[in-house]
Amino acid sequence: MNETHHRVTLTVNGVVREATVPGRRLLSDCLRHDLGLTGTHVGCEHGVCGACTVLLDGEPVRSCLTFAVTVDGQEITTVEGLAQGGALSPVQRAFTECHALQCGFCTPGFLCTVTAFLRDNPAPSEEEALEAVAGNLCRCTGYQNILKAVHRAAEIQAAEIQAAELQAEEGGA
Amino acid sequence: MKPPPFDYHRPATLGEALDVLAEAGPGGKVLAGGQSLIPLLNMRLAAPARVVDVNRVPGLDGIEAGPSGVRVGALARHAAVERSPGAAAAQPLLRQALRLVAHPVIRNRGTVVGSLVHADPAAEMPAVLALLGGAVRLASLDGEREVPAAEFFTGPMESAARPGELAVSAFFPALPARSGTAFHEVARRHGDYAVAGVAAAVTLDDDLRISAARVACVSVGPVPVVADVTAVCGPRPAASVAWDAVAAAVRDLVEPEGDIHATADYRRHLTGVLAVRALRDAASAAHGEES
Amino acid sequence: MTTRLFGEPVQRREDPRLITGRGRYLDDLGAGALAAAFVRSPHAHARILDVDVSDALDVDGLVAIYTWEDLPGALAEPLPLLIPHPALTHGRTAYPLAREIVRHVGEPVVMVVARDRYLAEDACALIRVGYEVLKPVVGLEEAAGGAHLVHDDVPGNIGAHLVQEVPGPGGETAREAVDAAPHRLEFRLDVERSACTPLEGKGVYARWDADDASLRVYSSTQTSTSVRMAIAAKLGLPLPKVEVVAPDVGGGFGVKIVHPWPEEILVPWAARLLNRELKWTEDRREHFVSSSHERGQVQHVRVGFDDDGRLLGLEVEILHDHGAYTPYGIIVPIITSTQLLGPYKVGAYRVEFSSVYTNTVQVTPYRGAGRPQGVFCMERTMDKIAAYLGRDRTEVRAANFVQPDEFPYDQGLTFQDGRPLIYDSGDYPEALRMLKELIGWDSFPEEKARAAAEGRRIGIGVGCYVEGTGVGPYEGGHVQITSDGRVHVSTGLTSQGQGHETVFAQIAATELGVPIERVSVVTGDTRRFGYAVGTFASRAAVMSGNAIALACRKVREKALRIAAEALEADPRDLEITDGMVHVAGAPSASIPLATVAVLSNPLRYAFDEEAKRATQFAGPASDDRPPVAEGEEPGLEGRDYYSPVRSTFAAGMHAAIVETDPDTAEIRILRYAVVHDCGRLINPMIVEGQIHGGVAQGVGGALYEKMVYDEHGQLLNASFMDFLMPYATEIPRIETAHLETPSPLNPLGIKGAGEAGVIPVSAVLAAAIEDAEGIPIDRMPISPSDLHTLRRSR
Repeated sequence: MNETHHRVTLTVNGVVREATVPGRRLLSDCLRHDLGLTGTHVGCEHGVCGACTVLLDGEPVRSCLTFAVTVDGQEITTVEGLAQGGALSPVQRAFTECHALQCGFCTPGFLCTVTAFLRDNPAPSEEEALEAVAGNLCRCTGYQNILKAVHRAAEIQAAEIQAAELQAEEGGA
Repeated sequence: MKPPPFDYHRPATLGEALDVLAEAGPGGKVLAGGQSLIPLLNMRLAAPARVVDVNRVPGLDGIEAGPSGVRVGALARHAAVERSPGAAAAQPLLRQALRLVAHPVIRNRGTVVGSLVHADPAAEMPAVLALLGGAVRLASLDGEREVPAAEFFTGPMESAARPGELAVSAFFPALPARSGTAFHEVARRHGDYAVAGVAAAVTLDDDLRISAARVACVSVGPVPVVADVTAVCGPRPAASVAWDAVAAAVRDLVEPEGDIHATADYRRHLTGVLAVRALRDAASAAHGEES
Repeated sequence: MTTRLFGEPVQRREDPRLITGRGRYLDDLGAGALAAAFVRSPHAHARILDVDVSDALDVDGLVAIYTWEDLPGALAEPLPLLIPHPALTHGRTAYPLAREIVRHVGEPVVMVVARDRYLAEDACALIRVGYEVLKPVVGLEEAAGGAHLVHDDVPGNIGAHLVQEVPGPGGETAREAVDAAPHRLEFRLDVERSACTPLEGKGVYARWDADDASLRVYSSTQTSTSVRMAIAAKLGLPLPKVEVVAPDVGGGFGVKIVHPWPEEILVPWAARLLNRELKWTEDRREHFVSSSHERGQVQHVRVGFDDDGRLLGLEVEILHDHGAYTPYGIIVPIITSTQLLGPYKVGAYRVEFSSVYTNTVQVTPYRGAGRPQGVFCMERTMDKIAAYLGRDRTEVRAANFVQPDEFPYDQGLTFQDGRPLIYDSGDYPEALRMLKELIGWDSFPEEKARAAAEGRRIGIGVGCYVEGTGVGPYEGGHVQITSDGRVHVSTGLTSQGQGHETVFAQIAATELGVPIERVSVVTGDTRRFGYAVGTFASRAAVMSGNAIALACRKVREKALRIAAEALEADPRDLEITDGMVHVAGAPSASIPLATVAVLSNPLRYAFDEEAKRATQFAGPASDDRPPVAEGEEPGLEGRDYYSPVRSTFAAGMHAAIVETDPDTAEIRILRYAVVHDCGRLINPMIVEGQIHGGVAQGVGGALYEKMVYDEHGQLLNASFMDFLMPYATEIPRIETAHLETPSPLNPLGIKGAGEAGVIPVSAVLAAAIEDAEGIPIDRMPISPSDLHTLRRSR
């Protein structure tokens, strides 16, 4: 019983990566075991826990409910790609500032989900923030500090954008 | 929990997809969003010989909204339909229901047509199609056929789609003027399949009396249970409807079963409560449209 | 810069790696290792007739298939019974792979090794096991009836039976006290099964080094030292040839303290046999059917009390569901029956439990470990007394409190560590006062009336608990300051997200007077520290925290001694600030700890510039003394252990306001308030996080989560779809307040905090729902459907 393998090319965190996988290879396993990016975690493999959430062409999806072959040629961002140029992203900084993680296993899924959410909705209401993280399970934190971190990340992000704009203005002047 | 082996096909055209599906017969399974299929595969509850991934088939991701309704293509994701202003304007029930489908991340990937074909009686989209009297368009090498909702859902997780057929789109009709819709459900956790849920559509006459009222109920039968409650409701303005009688009428129409989350009695009771809530909201939405 | 870090909300030192994807959890290790998977029993009770592997042999990438018959020596024996107890007369444990009989769905029967997990699962699917299905024993009371047996040689399915009794002040028995009391109540309570369900399941990865004849095992465990001893014993390896490391662990909550799991010895065994790296990563379905569950109990209560609601006598009979096996002994029902007493003086007390086998997944501690059931029992009792007497529920509680001047308070029972149940300290009246203020207890009746006028139903509930934390026997700490000035701390117990790297570094930095940035902490790695017990029972901070503090004090003393000689000062005049040893009030006379570390280790060879200072020709030394003085050791390091006489007793009180929908019976928590006392706080941010997580698990256990078995012993909800762990949308905002009554038992004055949050939640929510609905709530969890049924039967 030899399975047919397919060659896939994925742009992961801005880097073009190739793998040869059977049709049934889950994107989560491809990232973790074929590409060595073990930051994406697998908590249930039936799409409920959200630990495996990654960004597919910028949109959060469950990598355990996606076949690697299906997304051949597409762009993927994992937790390893959230820090830009060595600097932690606003969401990453907010999570640590607010103690929004304990064991850290579910955290990559939350970070990816919240990153996309704040890009689309930079100043969310309490209710919107709650809805945004409501598809990810965490067994440690009771979610209190995760919700705090979403709002804190929005603040940090806003401050950074403002600072960048100021700098651009000064640069232009 | 890893999927069993299968032959993977990724057709580049609709014709190619139909060829492969025809060849695969009952052993073929269409993969679009995968949010229902892949969990089944991961748990090895399904073992298709061939998986036909239609994600690269062009022209299937359309959302065409017009005065008569909304046609949703096989690759239109829940999120895309939910965000579509045209779809919301032509048929507001779509957005009302889609907000209740699982969680936003699942909706980014899952498709509306896929959830119709999956035909889970606990799911929202089949109820919406059933309530509105929509239809699913199925394509095969033999051509296309349009199956009305009433015939499309044949049992729990069973639809009229035959081996070799691909559901290429679904049509959600618009409602007449002075109509309103609403979707109410109770789920154990936010985003879970509903313990019970009711989609409602109400149309008012020139005197703002209820002239048509229908509900579709989820999780209370093998397929979405559609009930016409026009006679119990009207012709009266919403404020003077005998809502208790409406709730009783709906309760009598459903035949729920008990499971680990709820007893049959609770589901029946809840369906009555939610039907009234949904109908009242639908009626006030119809009013709103008037003003 | 200050080095006083104890008590500060220091940011976690674990986080930088965990938020960037650089954590190392079990399945992140061993790229390219072979994968193991298991064929597990589909039946709750069956005899294995035959195993046919012929179809599986065709699977590409298959490496090996093992059944019980393949297991050699000690590996073929039943797994250890970890905590024997005289009352556990019929303790039973499973074989690593089933031998002849399977006793629950999910029990491992065949082990498969293949190139990857996909292929291993393919092979599992093709292995045909023939079974003769036996009558399953399901349901606690059915099992206790004993009509059918889980184990042929355990009559009545009773594994253990234990009675503890404390006479009343006049020497009366509980029965006499209840019978003679002015008022009596008698009732039954039910608590259903739940489980820890950490987001990361279990997992084992083993590397056999054939050249060195040694084994390194990584396990997602709460006790690496004990796993190591179990592996050495089961595989017949010398202990020094086995190392066990707990890498980053994605949550434990109790299930990972059980050991060795079958996989923890089978994977290393097969890795050695095959001379290949081998890994098993538990998947979610496996975790549901083959790890552990907890909580299931039926309690029968008789209580006698006076007109003020003061308890005179309490009799409790408990049926405890132990599942198919008892590897962890009877710790859970012992804790229920002792911690049930909470902050109260109960007069005469008699508690009796029977631990019952059923054909279900085994029962071992889950965060709280029997306390949620005990607290449910006592707090429901308090509420029933208050209702009976028409008194305020908090007044009845206050009338029974152990008073602040009564500590140490001896409850007269034997606790889970075999030691007397003596509370060390606490201030229960103050905690209750704080809680009532926080939740607005006294003004609630008006709030309730206002809500009722709007057609809304709201209710309030309260629950109190005392938690024995920091149980022995011991933990140790090792602290080494190296010649670069860095401080290396290690302790044997493991971490699953509690922030040990941070709090232990806070302790070390404070004790040693060094910046926290210079401190690194390693836990759960037997290469670094071989003696430990494990992480459970809210003990890590108390046990390892104090051990590390003691080890630091040793190192500090040595550092001051060496520095005193170098500075020609009296060690009593020296202080350490920011990594510099200096004369108090004279910072110019100073020497860095790095240099002290150099001086502590007399050298022959200079390997760098610093080291030159310690070589034999470097400077004046006394000719008449050996370079390493008698009683001294080279190096600036110290090791110490903390072994307490008995547990510390943390306490807390929770209150909640809930709203129930009159039509849909949905239950919504409007407010949740916590007053918590775990002695001195090392890091308030982390303690608060522990409380939040505990409360959320409590809410899960009260309103959402239960393991549902059908009459065939099939677990009907073995997935996250149907086992309803709460999302953020199900958890209310949690308001907290802290009270600090230091423990007199340990140098740091701390008590444990890990489990506290979960303990009273079911009791509190039952009380609040009861208050809203006016219907007794005697069974938890409760769903809207359950509430609807209760309304109907009223």
